[in-house]
Amino acid sequence: MAALHPRRRRSDLRAAIPFLLPGFLGLATFLILPLFASLLLSFSNWQVIGQTRFVGLANYVNLFTHDPIFWGVFRTTLLYTVEYLALNLVISLAMAVWIGSLSWGRQLFRLVFFLPTFTPLIGISLVWLLMLTPGGIVDSVFATLGAPVPNLITSPAYALQVVVIVSLWSHFGYNMLLFGAALETIPSAYLDAAAIDGARPWQRFWRIKLPLISPSLFFGTVLTTISSLQVFDQVYALTRGGPGSSTTTLGYAIYSQGFVTYRLGYASAIAWVLFSVIMALTALQLRLQRRWVHYDI
Amino acid sequence: MTSEVRRRGTGARTASAARHIGIAITAVVFLFPFFWMLSNALRLDREIFAMPPRLLPSSVQWVNFVAAWSYLPFGRFFLNSAFVAASVTAIVLVVSSLSGYAFARLKFPGRSGLFILYLATLMVPQAVIVIPLFLMMGALDWVDTYQGLIVPVAFSSFGSFLLRQFFLTIPQELEDAARIDGASHLRILLTIFLPLSLPALGLLALFTFTGQWNSFLWPLIAVNGPDHATLPLGLTLFQGQQGTQWNYMMAGATISMLPGLVLTILMHRYIFRSIAIGSGFGGR
Repeated sequence: MAALHPRRRRSDLRAAIPFLLPGFLGLATFLILPLFASLLLSFSNWQVIGQTRFVGLANYVNLFTHDPIFWGVFRTTLLYTVEYLALNLVISLAMAVWIGSLSWGRQLFRLVFFLPTFTPLIGISLVWLLMLTPGGIVDSVFATLGAPVPNLITSPAYALQVVVIVSLWSHFGYNMLLFGAALETIPSAYLDAAAIDGARPWQRFWRIKLPLISPSLFFGTVLTTISSLQVFDQVYALTRGGPGSSTTTLGYAIYSQGFVTYRLGYASAIAWVLFSVIMALTALQLRLQRRWVHYDI
Repeated sequence: MTSEVRRRGTGARTASAARHIGIAITAVVFLFPFFWMLSNALRLDREIFAMPPRLLPSSVQWVNFVAAWSYLPFGRFFLNSAFVAASVTAIVLVVSSLSGYAFARLKFPGRSGLFILYLATLMVPQAVIVIPLFLMMGALDWVDTYQGLIVPVAFSSFGSFLLRQFFLTIPQELEDAARIDGASHLRILLTIFLPLSLPALGLLALFTFTGQWNSFLWPLIAVNGPDHATLPLGLTLFQGQQGTQWNYMMAGATISMLPGLVLTILMHRYIFRSIAIGSGFGGR
């Protein structure tokens, strides 16, 4: 063994290059280069026709001061993210605890609630569109119950809630499994000790279980935030950003500015706003984790 | 004392039964959209918005699946989806194995810096890069082609990261023995690492394939017209000028969901275990 170690210390650079090259070239060409290209584009007035000029910060100035819908879109995106994140965490945690408390059928029920996760969001959203479209089954159920509710998907007040519900239905299963697996790794000795000391079930949950699974909660929170800020498929299939612009999120605005009206420079500026929000919120979560995430147990 | 114990025993049993019944009801309600999709895929046009609504079709119209197939070139969409997802998966497996091995087993200057750069690319949202990618497709003349659908989305560092983590658990001794015998790194990867990593490779293949099968934004941008349209894109085409063909669309949605559902049911043990491990590396 000892004879091998000096040999291992030298660099394997020459061997490493052919191993790394395909992946590195791919990432550089189709990820890193486009990332910086989109920043450059956001300083231009690039459209499909007409002369392209460097316009400095004009796109951003326009976006922040003249665009009639931008702040609404920004607010919709944050509102969607906060609401979806909160509901997702509560529901997936509650379902993980509920299923974890069962004496049989745990794997079966986990599977049931996980079923939509690997199916196309577009397909799911169109099924929900059929249920929610005017005259659909949801309207019939509300009418039978005598509930004075307008059609949800065509109502500016409720349409965003529809997007939240469809997203929850299709994706809470992932965090449910993540949290459920973490809950199962908690040594029962901790809980028994607390029970002997007189801790009630509710206290055991808040004071022992939650802190012990905080790394998983943090991981789930960060990933869910990043993906929900980008919400697109559900919006496209359910509402196309409407009615009005009530469900237009940043992700949808990039698409509609870029590929419906072909204002590619302007759309790139929106893309960088989205990217900045994602980076800022992720950085914020990384900072805040010191206050509530416990790794050292 | 004994009656007290017995009473608590029956109380606990009642509570447990209530929990099971409650979750079973929740599960049935949860599954309703799948039922509604299938029930509408199999009914006549005029029964879709019947008043009062009908839970089940009056007669089962299997013919809708055939009709959906000829209403739009659905077979073509299906094959396009399968071809694109399989091609991306193949590229990802090869590229990630190579770079995962380099990050796990080869020593070179700047390794950790490069690895952090790879991890950082995971944070880049697709929505931010699609505009330059679209322009790049125009410059390469790749708009509405298979290579345009496949190549730009085939490079993600997720696979390199996943396989590196797995390769790190393979004992060094196996590799040292092969090195003494004069085996090259490529040979070690092919004959020792990959055969030992089949579960990780299978998971990576599963995640990549379903991810591509379900993907919508890039096909929406990279494709114009039905020739290269994938299934999710094809589904939206049922929303035509003359109103939506709901029963055909639901038949199409059912077909689009089948691979994901079948894979989830067959592989759920592996999938669940990998998500559980995710909590491990997420924490550190």
